[in-house]
Amino acid sequence: MSQQSPAARPSLADRPRFDCRNAYVDTLAELARTDHRIVGVVNDSIGSSKLDAFKKAFPDRLINVGIAEQDMVGVAAGLANGGRIPFVSAAASFLTARALEQIKADVAYSDRNVKLCGMSPGMAYGELGPTHHSIEDIAWLRAIDNMTIVVPADPVETAAAMRWAAATDGPAFIRVSRMSVPQVYPDDYTFRPGKATTLRDGGDITLISNGTVLWRALVAAEHLEAGGIEARVLSMPTVKPLDVDAVIAAAAETGGIVTAEEATTAGGLGGAVAETLAQRHPARMRILGVPEFAPTGSAGYLLDRYGMSPEGIAGAARELLRREPT
Amino acid sequence: MSALAVEHVTLPMFGRLDPHAARADQIAHIAEAARQIRIQDLKLVHYAGAGHIGGDLSAADILATLYGAVLDVTPDTVDDPERDRFILSKGHVAGLLYTTLAAFGFLPVEDLASFLKPLSALNGHPNRNKVRGVEANTGPLGHGLPIAVGHALSAKLDVSRRRTYVLVGDGELQEGSNWEAMMAASQYELDRLTVIVDRNRLQQGATVRETNDLDPLDAKAAAFGFAVVEVNGHDHGELLDVLSSVPFRPGKPTFVIAHTHKGHPISFMSNNAAWHHRVPSPEELQQALTELDAA
Repeated sequence: MSQQSPAARPSLADRPRFDCRNAYVDTLAELARTDHRIVGVVNDSIGSSKLDAFKKAFPDRLINVGIAEQDMVGVAAGLANGGRIPFVSAAASFLTARALEQIKADVAYSDRNVKLCGMSPGMAYGELGPTHHSIEDIAWLRAIDNMTIVVPADPVETAAAMRWAAATDGPAFIRVSRMSVPQVYPDDYTFRPGKATTLRDGGDITLISNGTVLWRALVAAEHLEAGGIEARVLSMPTVKPLDVDAVIAAAAETGGIVTAEEATTAGGLGGAVAETLAQRHPARMRILGVPEFAPTGSAGYLLDRYGMSPEGIAGAARELLRREPT
Repeated sequence: MSALAVEHVTLPMFGRLDPHAARADQIAHIAEAARQIRIQDLKLVHYAGAGHIGGDLSAADILATLYGAVLDVTPDTVDDPERDRFILSKGHVAGLLYTTLAAFGFLPVEDLASFLKPLSALNGHPNRNKVRGVEANTGPLGHGLPIAVGHALSAKLDVSRRRTYVLVGDGELQEGSNWEAMMAASQYELDRLTVIVDRNRLQQGATVRETNDLDPLDAKAAAFGFAVVEVNGHDHGELLDVLSSVPFRPGKPTFVIAHTHKGHPISFMSNNAAWHHRVPSPEELQQALTELDAA
């Protein structure tokens, strides 16, 4: 078994945790210092995006349209028309739900160089409830043509995805996690759009994950190993375009696939993998995610509740292997 | 009815007059361009069997004035970052936009013969990636004004003198996104932004007043921080004077209420909601062309 990152060390669950928004703002400032075209666009979300220091450093380059998401995304498209590279920074729920038509028409269909950064996605707002949770964003944006969707797993990947987005012309949606996560990737990690990374190899079963759930999948693989099951762990930061080859190889080389994500079970990473498998390489599969409007609870509590604790993911893998092969 | 073909394309090309040409000459130039644009657009809609002729004719004089004498953009500068921007928010009058762009050389006039045909670049709503001169892929209403605000912001950040014009329908102003954008335009003092309202007082099936009234529109725009000007949207002289002289108040964006009639100036179409997207019959086309001295 190859160990391609510090992630596979058994201590992952006990390592320090980081809020990816800090990497986000540091990287945005770093990019803005070297490229005058980069601007921030917010819906009064300076505090919740941790952009106070950016505002001090670049007062003219943080456009705050107030609490007005449709205007925010339209303004970003117009800034891009004028040659700027806007990083729209707003709570994922309001950004994607409220401005979905602007994302579709003004950004994706118009092919504008706008970076949509969904802050505090998934169930990061915890007890604030489903109005503030953003579990549908991936499914909604996956249905839109000309939209790259990235769900980084840690601060390193968040920064790497932003650097890629700034250097690449075209629309992109990047989730920026608020719920703290351990560092999964080495410091010198390079983000490769549309490519999965094998964080742990194994031939019995494959766990495919991203975002806040990836480290949980890695710990699940440790649990499985203790029971004699060798799990492959595929990090799939780019939900769209999906690394189809990696998915098909996993289906061919291992006994089944479990996907796990902090998003709805309908149409997210699991949906993308299922669409691929059903058409290209039918395989045993289980989709872990959030199937409903979540009850009151913290994001961590709710992930556990929906079977995405390390033990829960390992249990789903064992159960899948017990099923009759297709 | 025969299908749209190249023989139905009769539009002559209009260049731009010297910017220092006499006002009367400019107005005559715009007037003839507007007349020919209307003739061509009526033929497009008749022979293609679809289109939004009512709104097209309502806004024809505004577009002819902008492209004929106001906007600092030509086919040679259509990719110049310092060009003026015109954003058509009421994207359903794509037929008018294409015809106007063709009249002023942004696309070959013969391309108009592909209007709405399978795989044509000339879709029922404009696509900037397929038609040179289109600035935004509009169609759903309430999108153009925020985009225009964003562009005007970019110009301000660049300390550029390039201007931003956006045409919105009056019914379209029922979309809340416009008012979000107007607040931001005012907050950021975007005085090189001009919002033009095609105030024809009709929406798809009824008057704006019957549906969800906008009045007092001038007071609403003023309360949102705009310098408000009202013009006859079919008077080329008034349009030329007003659209060339923005900003009217330093620090304030401009809101031009252009009073128009849907279907203008065709007698049986003018101010008639039935012509939102009705297609003229051969006899109706003939009469319309006669009224435009083109038969």
